[in-house]
Amino acid sequence: MDKTITLEVFRYLPDQENQPRFQSYAVPYREDWVVLDALNYIKDYLDGTLSFRWSCRMGVCGSCGMMVNGDPKLTCAAFLKDYYPNPIRVEPLTNFPVIRDLVINFDDFLHKLKEIKAWLIPKEEKPVSTGEYLQTPAQLAQYKQYSMCINCMLCYAACPVYGLEPKFLGPAAIALGQRYNLDSRDGAKDQRADFISSSEGIWECTFIGECTRVCPKHVDPAGAIQQAKVINTQEWWLSFLMPWGKRGTHAK
Amino acid sequence: MQSKEYVRPMPATWWLHNIHLKLFMIRELTSLFVAGYAVFLLVLISHGDDLKTFTDTLLCPTAIIFQLIALPFVVFHSVTWFNLTPKAIVLFRGEERVSPRVIAGTHYFLWAVISLLILIVVL
Repeated sequence: MDKTITLEVFRYLPDQENQPRFQSYAVPYREDWVVLDALNYIKDYLDGTLSFRWSCRMGVCGSCGMMVNGDPKLTCAAFLKDYYPNPIRVEPLTNFPVIRDLVINFDDFLHKLKEIKAWLIPKEEKPVSTGEYLQTPAQLAQYKQYSMCINCMLCYAACPVYGLEPKFLGPAAIALGQRYNLDSRDGAKDQRADFISSSEGIWECTFIGECTRVCPKHVDPAGAIQQAKVINTQEWWLSFLMPWGKRGTHAK
Repeated sequence: MQSKEYVRPMPATWWLHNIHLKLFMIRELTSLFVAGYAVFLLVLISHGDDLKTFTDTLLCPTAIIFQLIALPFVVFHSVTWFNLTPKAIVLFRGEERVSPRVIAGTHYFLWAVISLLILIVVL
């Protein structure tokens, strides 16, 4: 018989059960398969009722994030061979409510992205006829790392602070706030300051660093948050020493 | 119909989940020894005008035992924070980011220099 590997999958069917349970499935073991392939095999051949999100299968869309043996992972990048012959436990991302099986409700994250204004707001709107908003490679380097975020929310699942205090703005939203604050074309730092500098923003972070450890795109949200703390502190001191100056107007 | 969502409780033992979280908790707990040593230094300084009381306080068995216990915790605290400094201090040389090793290394270098200077002054 061909080799198999067992997947212990978190099941929650709200229309039938009040409590979640784990269901085991034996799937064919192939060296080039990832956990997402195994889940798709279950869905196609063993149990069509299993629900989970996925799309690109290549670490770009950020929709297949799940807990794999207790660690937040993109299931399209978690190879079966790294766990074989032991069973693999697959759960929905922690710190989020579960809608069904492996599907979470991430409305809170989307709301926070909106609060932080995670998009480019130019210093001054220019007509298209005047051309592009130009930027040097050195200016791009300032924020490029943070622009790699794919909104997969593994960092939220890894962050104990978010688990204990759901009001916390969270790693990805702050990293994306920094991404635009550090962009030379952006002019909305003051608009983001109320959220980034609040007690539910950067100052809630205790620098555990799990967000950075689990980030599949090496965004380093923990670094972004600490840098925001340094910048915020500098601006607070500047506004304290030079209250008439412009630089410290958004320091909290 | 609004679906019934399941919210998983956060266990009180969350910090036992993996080695990284355990090391984080140890780093946090070592701050108690840093704070304790700071209080000890304040007590010492309060005897600054009386050399005999100062040295007696510094060299009494309880103080020596406390310092021996506090030392590894304070060193662990300092080393873990120094290793994290490149996260907070990001410098660019044009398009190139200054290596995190240089940032952390500078802190270790300054630590060594200041310790040496204090040693020279004391001896």
